[in-house]
Amino acid sequence: MLRIAPTFEVLRPETLDEVVNLLDQHGEAARLIAGGTDFVPNLKHGLYAPEVVIDLKGVSALRGIEHRPESLVFGALVGLHEMETDTRVHAVLPSLSRAASLVAGPQQRRMGTLGGNLCLDTRCVYINQTEFWRGALGGCLKKDGDVCHVTVTGKKCVAAASNDTAPVLISLGATVELLSPRGVRHLPVDELYINDGIRNLALGHDEVLTRVFVPRPGPQRRMGFEKLRTRGAIDFPLLNCALAFDLDEAENLSEPVLIFSAVAARPRSISQLPVGRLDAALIAEFGQRAFASVRPLTNINADVDWRREMVPHLVSRAFEAALGRASATPFSLSNAR
Amino acid sequence: MILRFQVNATDVELDVLPMARLLDVLREDLRLTGSKEGCGEGECGACTVLIDGRAVNSCLVPVFQVAGAKVETVEGLASGLHGHERLHPVQAAFLEHGAAQCGICTPGFLVAAAELLAHTPHPTRLEVREALAGNLCRCTGYQKIVDAVANALGRQGS
Ligand SMILES: Cc1cc2nc3c(=O)[nH]c(=O)nc-3n(C[C@H](O)[C@H](O)[C@H](O)COP(=O)(O)OP(=O)(O)OC[C@H]3O[C@@H](n4cnc5c(N)ncnc54)[C@H](O)[C@@H]3O)c2cc1C
Ligand code: SF4
Ligand code: FES
Ligand code: FES
Repeated sequence: MLRIAPTFEVLRPETLDEVVNLLDQHGEAARLIAGGTDFVPNLKHGLYAPEVVIDLKGVSALRGIEHRPESLVFGALVGLHEMETDTRVHAVLPSLSRAASLVAGPQQRRMGTLGGNLCLDTRCVYINQTEFWRGALGGCLKKDGDVCHVTVTGKKCVAAASNDTAPVLISLGATVELLSPRGVRHLPVDELYINDGIRNLALGHDEVLTRVFVPRPGPQRRMGFEKLRTRGAIDFPLLNCALAFDLDEAENLSEPVLIFSAVAARPRSISQLPVGRLDAALIAEFGQRAFASVRPLTNINADVDWRREMVPHLVSRAFEAALGRASATPFSLSNAR
Repeated sequence: MILRFQVNATDVELDVLPMARLLDVLREDLRLTGSKEGCGEGECGACTVLIDGRAVNSCLVPVFQVAGAKVETVEGLASGLHGHERLHPVQAAFLEHGAAQCGICTPGFLVAAAELLAHTPHPTRLEVREALAGNLCRCTGYQKIVDAVANALGRQGS
């Protein structure tokens, strides 16, 4: 039975000032909890040993979606269920709303938040296990050991960034607002992640993510999100990809961005994407570019060659979504295989 | 900590550890053993309850998070809470369709279906499957469950 060992204190601030004071006071001994759908399973698996847990759910300043003329602003506590069902979000940022709808299953989306999703711990088949299971292998670089069972010889943890909203927010040029005792700073979502599976966040232990700013896309911007998973109903990504580009009246594609994740410790931006007239050949070229740079690892329990073969297919599905040719339903079962 | 919340329309006040799982507080402190533990990791939905009308996995909820909230469990479905004197329509439909075999998953399915019914009186079959996507059943193959929920909704509309 996976219970939570009651070895720590729970604090429930109601304002951001209180959160910052608590972070200042407790530093690395503290951990934040929002919806708890990632934090609680990891705690049960003995991955964290906090002395203090700070619950964010009582901080009303972290709630709500603001529709500004130049951007949409999401509080860190905005629920994934709220994001997938808000028709105004879906109208402006369809790929974000779709990504939110494809996270986990309905129950997790009703508890899970955007801030928690962006700060999701990295995942690996050798780490998301019970303490007993991990102990049998003698641990690994991320926890209690000195080898990596994925790369075997490597000295760096390559556990996979597995959050579905992160690649989309990167593709949309979003930024996050971070608050700490030192003040406020803003980072592009792309810079929120570093290439280290042990902790892939460029977020200090005393920082809290407060808001996400997504610029309103121009009229020519098209966007799509696709996800590969074992069960369409609930699972973490085996791969996900976010696409955005401009398309003019003459069907010329420009300013493309293509991000893949669930591969390495941070989302990967695909470089040297082609531009020009949008046709099957151009889409195939996008697929080839992605195939060349996405090399899945055994950190996720699914055949790596099959996952790589699926890369160009995900790219074409993302194009279909971006061009409005895919099923219009925002719900996850439309993705079931 | 002293925690106050509502369970199946009754006020409760309990002395609990804040990080105790809502599932254990329901099953052990309140003796509401209808909610089941399948996986304990948020993957199976057997522990599904409603918090303020939303279906969530009670094995992932530290109990302090329900302070002041309204919790409904499978035991609450049949008690007249939804305006029905006895069985909730979805419970009656499960019986009629033989939608339960071993039964361990059934309370979770019933609660998730009840949330769907409450806000979408006439859902499509896809919406039924979507609402039940977080619930696993290893006995029935799901068809009878989907049939039961679809039928229950039909009857509610009539
Ligand atoms: C069965 C199952 C399937 C899942 N499938 C998916 C999936 O397909 N895709 C996916 O992306 N996720 C998945 N998840 C993980 C999780 O449900 C989501 O990522 C969810 O969005 C996490 O949000 P939360 O509010 O519950 O986070 P929490 O668990 O509360 O927090 C997650 C982490 O973020 C930190 N944190 C939370 N809020 C903040 C903040 N404001 N500032 C700084 N740090 C913060 C916490 O300290 C913690 O380390 C799944 C989980 C389960 C149990
Ligand atoms: S990638 Fe290697 S070090 Fe990191 S969690 Fe997996 S096995 Fe451990
Ligand atoms: S026991 Fe809670 S989801 Fe399985
Ligand atoms: S009836 Fe046995 S698991 Fe569903």
